[in-house]
Amino acid sequence: VQADGTDGNCVTFVLHDEDHTLGNSLRYMVMKNPDVEFCGYCITHPSESKINFRIQTRGALPAVEPFRKGLNDLMGVCQHVLNTFEVRLSEELRGLF
Amino acid sequence: VHTTDFPGNYPGYEDAWDQRRFEEAFRVDIIREEEGALEFDMVGIDAAIANAFRRILLAEVPTMAVEKVFVYNNTSIVQDEILAHRLGLIPIRADPRLFEYRNQGDEEGTEIDTLQFQLKIKCSRNPQAAKESSDPNELYFNHKVYSKHMTWVPLGNQTDLFPDADFRPVHDDILIALLRPGQEIDVLMHCVKGIGKDHAKFSPVATASYRLLPDITLLQPVEDEAAEMLQKCFSPGVIEIQNVKGKKVARVANARLDTFSREVFRHDSLKNLVRLARVRNHYIFSVESTGILPPDVLVSEAIKILMGKCQRFLNELDSLPME
Repeated sequence: VQADGTDGNCVTFVLHDEDHTLGNSLRYMVMKNPDVEFCGYCITHPSESKINFRIQTRGALPAVEPFRKGLNDLMGVCQHVLNTFEVRLSEELRGLF
Repeated sequence: VHTTDFPGNYPGYEDAWDQRRFEEAFRVDIIREEEGALEFDMVGIDAAIANAFRRILLAEVPTMAVEKVFVYNNTSIVQDEILAHRLGLIPIRADPRLFEYRNQGDEEGTEIDTLQFQLKIKCSRNPQAAKESSDPNELYFNHKVYSKHMTWVPLGNQTDLFPDADFRPVHDDILIALLRPGQEIDVLMHCVKGIGKDHAKFSPVATASYRLLPDITLLQPVEDEAAEMLQKCFSPGVIEIQNVKGKKVARVANARLDTFSREVFRHDSLKNLVRLARVRNHYIFSVESTGILPPDVLVSEAIKILMGKCQRFLNELDSLPME
């Protein structure tokens, strides 16, 4: 991970060993944040496995905050999906459906 | 088509991320579970995350597969490298969660990251075969090399670590090579843990795909002949014809079965009566496993891998010096 930007509000993170799998889902979670003015990711070259993830916040919020919040939200989503899926599986096994 | 539900796009809509609202709207339905294939629905999730799960299922759930083949003797007509390639593609029934990844540059392989298999087979002539028979099954012994001839050779303390485990290929009847009398194959194989991104032989699914639930609405009531024609335009079971007051009226019975062939739009009389769309957040996943792990375990592992990725970046963020 490398950060690079003019001031704290608009930062480009370079995430190594990542591609659309994490990039697109993280972009979606960060876009849902009302403090974020701009969020996008791009793959600099398809042969290199790294993405440029850019966040720009409106106001004085440092850009690391929406990034951290997006990651936490994505973890929360995954956790909930996992729990729901496993609950449904055990219900199936026990013949409730 | 991108999702448009982010804050600020539609004035007056509260689109900011709300975990509670997501949890209320989200559900998973398991439709069908056969051995090796699982069909389930996820409702209330977005395309980005559904696609992330699909990509992880295909490329990032680890499995064990043959990586290094030590050829001691190969006098068959299958070349060494072709034989090694074929052996790599055979799915091995070994739970990858019990093993570690091999370190970079480690050539030997320890017992915690390698499984050893041996394939030793020699073809010979059958002396009791009839003189004029031309059936190779009668004439030769062992002329077909199947995956069931692969035997597990425990390394180090693997017999203690896995006392009742039986490591073998998932299917016994995969044909590896053909032999004739005098030819023999004697190879030793090392299986390592890997992911599909590295080589497709490590992919644990035959395929994993999703589609969106179709949404078919009839804009006007369709009757009689038009109803019959409409029923033929869609896949069987989608449109059913009911008898209402003596007239045949068409009704959408089960939109899920439709394969969206858009045959309706070829008929001018039916074109304007139907609207075909998709429900934006209802995903019908279909996961077929190669047999290494059952498909429900694969989905759980994929979700855990996505969580692991997020955790990795959170940890890096915390350890970076804040400028």
